[in-house]
Amino acid sequence: MSNVDKKKFSTPQIISAAIILAFYVLVFIAEQTLAPTSMIFTVLKKGATYALVAVSMNLLNGFTGIFSLGQAGFMLIGAYVYAIFTIPLTQRAAVYQYYNGGIVQFTLPVFVAMIMSGLVAAFFAYLIGLPVLRLKSDYLAVATLGFAEIIRAIFQWDKIGPLTNGSNMLRLFPTFNDFNIKNSNGEVVIYLSTLVPLLISGVCIALILLLINSTFGRALRAMKDDEISAEAMGIHLASHKQLAFCISSFFTGVGGAMLAMYQTTVQAKSFTTAMTYEILLIVVIGGIGSVTGSCLSSFLFVACSEWWLRFLDQKQVIGEFEVPLLRNGFRLVVFSIIIMIVVLFFRQGIMGTRELPDLFRKKRSAAKKGA
Amino acid sequence: MWNTIFPYFLSGVSVGGQYALIAIGYSMVYGILRLINFAHGDVFMVAGILMVYISASGVPLWICIPLVLVLTSLLGFIIERLAYKPLRTAPRMSIMISAIGVSYTLQNLVLYVTGGLNQFYPTIPWVSDSITIGSATTKIVTVVTPVLTLLLVYGLVMLINHTKVGMAMRAVSKDFETSQLMGININRVISITFVIGSFLAGIGSMLYFTNYTTVIQTSGAMPGLKAFVAAVFGGIGSIPGAVIGAFIIGICENIIKGLDIILLKSGLIAKPMGLATFSDAFTFALLIIILVVKPTGLFGEKTIDKV
Repeated sequence: MSNVDKKKFSTPQIISAAIILAFYVLVFIAEQTLAPTSMIFTVLKKGATYALVAVSMNLLNGFTGIFSLGQAGFMLIGAYVYAIFTIPLTQRAAVYQYYNGGIVQFTLPVFVAMIMSGLVAAFFAYLIGLPVLRLKSDYLAVATLGFAEIIRAIFQWDKIGPLTNGSNMLRLFPTFNDFNIKNSNGEVVIYLSTLVPLLISGVCIALILLLINSTFGRALRAMKDDEISAEAMGIHLASHKQLAFCISSFFTGVGGAMLAMYQTTVQAKSFTTAMTYEILLIVVIGGIGSVTGSCLSSFLFVACSEWWLRFLDQKQVIGEFEVPLLRNGFRLVVFSIIIMIVVLFFRQGIMGTRELPDLFRKKRSAAKKGA
Repeated sequence: MWNTIFPYFLSGVSVGGQYALIAIGYSMVYGILRLINFAHGDVFMVAGILMVYISASGVPLWICIPLVLVLTSLLGFIIERLAYKPLRTAPRMSIMISAIGVSYTLQNLVLYVTGGLNQFYPTIPWVSDSITIGSATTKIVTVVTPVLTLLLVYGLVMLINHTKVGMAMRAVSKDFETSQLMGININRVISITFVIGSFLAGIGSMLYFTNYTTVIQTSGAMPGLKAFVAAVFGGIGSIPGAVIGAFIIGICENIIKGLDIILLKSGLIAKPMGLATFSDAFTFALLIIILVVKPTGLFGEKTIDKV
């Protein structure tokens, strides 16, 4: 996640790069030593997936000023494309049991399929972007939301069942666990099932960061601040928006493929508007306009919802005292209230618009950003 | 042919009326605050849940119904005060995010209270009875809905056009700042708007859930979105527009639900196509089309952006 610059790297950038490297090393060590069922790996895997999707949403909402709510739709496309092209041929008959094994009778390597996911999502984004990107803020939000719903309906249509398996589940495709390196007896030698998703997501986020810091990224930010002045400076609004939309959807599609691997099954009906809302809330908590913030809050969000706040869902007895209110679903209530407090009172989120290297800069520049 | 279509048409009119009651809330709030109140569909759902719990506690129906309506209106009022008022000067995106946050909170709260199980909606006597009209057998509520909707809309239009509050609302939606300078208490007007919107959503929920019989935390999302589409279709900010949009969407959606059977019986297709899957998608396709072709909707006012 380091910023590549023509000049020498500044100290804060080097520190940031070191932190990220240390994080990866730590994950690698932890994976070899701790039990693979440990909750921390679930959090890291799902967090990596959500981080990628959140950052690509941030690219639109935070850096380009396009308020898109179509994330769930593009994730769905990504997840389906990945699943369709990677289910092993021997398993197809079992998965597509109602459609005679389906019509796709070949498989692609995992990484090729992931890139395909992104490309197909980007292609759909291009098509939908043609009409939709002409709209203004909230109309655009609802149109993209509607698009996600249409995609969800189409993928469940019985007639294209041989391709998508209708409203049935897609399963038995390679998952994160298949990244583990096994010996001939099927025993795992090196655990990589957490590191690889983190790496994939890291590489994608690094690409997005490079993009944000390029001329193109600066043009996007200019558009966000003021479309009319940006246009006057010679930025072609329509093509820049279209390209940003496609790029964001590409990475959302890859994120969808990762979600498929994380979940081990894919079903169109689970990609609801609520999923988009969750990702939006992650972006908001992290700070709209901060890539670091989106990453941090993804892990925080997933850790809270899957792990740290789990105790709120069960009865807790301290001594003789049974804590009231705790039962199934209470976690989500607490969670929503925290989110509302962030939305209402800490609109900057965790990071505001700052990035990781900014944390190590002198106060002076931090104050300048805050002003 | 007509005999096959008629039942679908009838339930379309009924659903359309229910959407209309929700759509008005969206339209009024958007007219004044320029905010898509994403939580409106969930207010509608909470009204359903309130009805389930209050009637289960043994309160007689004639107290229960007004009580639910009052509580729903209060909920709308509280949401506005807590979640939207503090953000009045914030960028529009923040308020929209806050609305999404409220929607998320309400859904989770209901999930917690109900335990995520389908709740059976109490039967309201008379309107739940069956009735046969021509080729269709349906509940009385189907017939009552459009009539009641039109009456309420008439009342609302009268309120907006002929009372002082209504005049204030029109002024605020024309120009927020100027009306403030003219001595209109903006916060009061906004609160009233939310109360009216939620009240209508409460009535809508009674009609809707009498038809569909179960309530769950997500059951407000779809009707909410569709009602929003109706409001946009009719021209957001315009009440008659919202109502007409809602009826069109309700009817089209239900006819698409039955399209397979209609086409089969009329001999146009040989076997079912599974087109019913598209009844939801149709609404959103319509939204995208209308936004591209005529972004102001059927009856919307033309807005001019100044540089």
